Amino acid sequence: MRQLVEGVPRRGLALLAALLALLAVFPLFASGYLLAVGFLILYFAYVGQAWNVMMGFAGQLSLGHSLYVGLGAYAAAALYVHFGLSPWIGLGAAIAVCALAGAAIGFLAFRFGVAGVYFAILTIAFAEFARIGFDHFAWVRGSSGLFLPVANYAENDLWNLRGSPTMFYYLMLGLTVGAFVLCHALLRSRMGYYWLAIRESPEAAQALGVNLFRYKMAAVALSAAMTSLAGVVFAFYYNNLFPEQIFHISRSIELILGPIIGGIGTLVGPIVGAFLLTGLSEGLRELMLRLGIDLPGVKQVFYGLCLLLVVMFLPDGVWPPLARKLGLQRKR
Amino acid sequence: MLDVEGLSKSFRGLRAVQNASFAVPEGAIVGLIGPNGAGKTTCFNMIAGVYRPDAGELRFAGQDIGGWRPDQVCAAGIGRTFQIVKPFAGLSLLDNVVVGALLRDKNVSAAKKRAAEIIERLGLGAKRDLPASSLTLPDRKRLEVARALATRPKLLLLDEVMAGLRPTECDQMVAVFRELNRGGLTILLIEHVMRAVMALAQQVVVLHHGEIIAQGAPAEVVRDPAVLECYLGEETEV
Repeated sequence: MRQLVEGVPRRGLALLAALLALLAVFPLFASGYLLAVGFLILYFAYVGQAWNVMMGFAGQLSLGHSLYVGLGAYAAAALYVHFGLSPWIGLGAAIAVCALAGAAIGFLAFRFGVAGVYFAILTIAFAEFARIGFDHFAWVRGSSGLFLPVANYAENDLWNLRGSPTMFYYLMLGLTVGAFVLCHALLRSRMGYYWLAIRESPEAAQALGVNLFRYKMAAVALSAAMTSLAGVVFAFYYNNLFPEQIFHISRSIELILGPIIGGIGTLVGPIVGAFLLTGLSEGLRELMLRLGIDLPGVKQVFYGLCLLLVVMFLPDGVWPPLARKLGLQRKR
Repeated sequence: MLDVEGLSKSFRGLRAVQNASFAVPEGAIVGLIGPNGAGKTTCFNMIAGVYRPDAGELRFAGQDIGGWRPDQVCAAGIGRTFQIVKPFAGLSLLDNVVVGALLRDKNVSAAKKRAAEIIERLGLGAKRDLPASSLTLPDRKRLEVARALATRPKLLLLDEVMAGLRPTECDQMVAVFRELNRGGLTILLIEHVMRAVMALAQQVVVLHHGEIIAQGAPAEVVRDPAVLECYLGEETEV
């Protein structure tokens, strides 16, 4: 805890506390729709943080993170549907499956010197394998989709993750805060230093005794495992899973936009990015609805526009310059 | 401490290093010199594990390190700098050196403390919190040395760290290396700045076209006709 607040200006801590308090009381006065938007923001903040471990810290570009969302979702949902196992047990399976899948991809890539864009293509390929494979995977109902039994939401059953959107909102909030704290600690650990070194210059890192294979593998497996948790929550929140949707490449792209816009490699970036993208795009949708304009694809155009503006004017993302403006840089 | 025996490496038929043999005794400072393209850096890269030798043997502190990965070579106790500097551009100078220090000091705060000492020693103390990308070339060369030193090497490989330094800066570096050497560090350096080689090296190995053409005390080697020929560019058969 002491390590967590060390060197952060008081103003930053106050802002963080205010934000946390606001997020904590948000469900008390939010409508059902706003609560759903809040859930989505937290969801993207969380998966953005998980993706950031691989790309932002260790410099390994994954364009196939939908693989881990999907595998995690299917692992927990299938165990629940077939054996009535609690998602908290399914979570263990999801983490194991995703960490293994990440390690397998990492092994193939890093052993055989697949790097840069070729590595990114490999990650897309595996997500696509899964999408097509799961379409024909009868145990999880293939392309016709896996549905979770929807019970009445009269009571929140945290053990089986059956309950109101408010419960899911708090669950996601807990995960997002947890991921932030975890990443904060990682970044200040030996492994964190090694990841940054690998990101900046693999040759120099290796010359300083860093085992590239081991630390890149750790980044992929950890990022995959973290992402799988989001998959589990996703499955129990939406109650239906289709390979065509959950493994789709657009899902992978969607989840990396937040950290890119917020600031790759920063701890706050994925959160800021999720707020900006999801918050504004939902706001835009609402506005269009009010104005009676029906334009399909507005969200995609909006994402494109945001990305364009950030690339042109804020190549490091929104957060680093914002932090400077607010005087929130950490003092060493 | 380091024994190089019959080391050879070719790149697509170009013989970069041929049958090179020399030794770096424990506690010595040995200079590796030669004209551009003589194969000095290739030699370094084989010792440091970047290239696998085609033939020959590399023995360091009793172990055969030929074909080891760079991180294994570093862990065995050989630190190196890069001729073309490779700073971790997005990290502060201190964090750059911390990465090196973490090899032996697994604890981050201990590594930070030692990294700060090394930075101070190399005269970069005032710049420790600046991003490495903002450093001038001479400072980046110093950073290369600081990072390599942070891994606590027994043998330090220096690849043209004096290039681009002003004479006074060069002399400061020489003083630092002398002091480190007195503390027990063995040094093998590639250097074009003869002022530094003559001041530092107790022994010099001259490479030309991938072959060793002379070795011995610096004062003798610079009078060797073969060395003079390759440096002054006397006509040779083509």
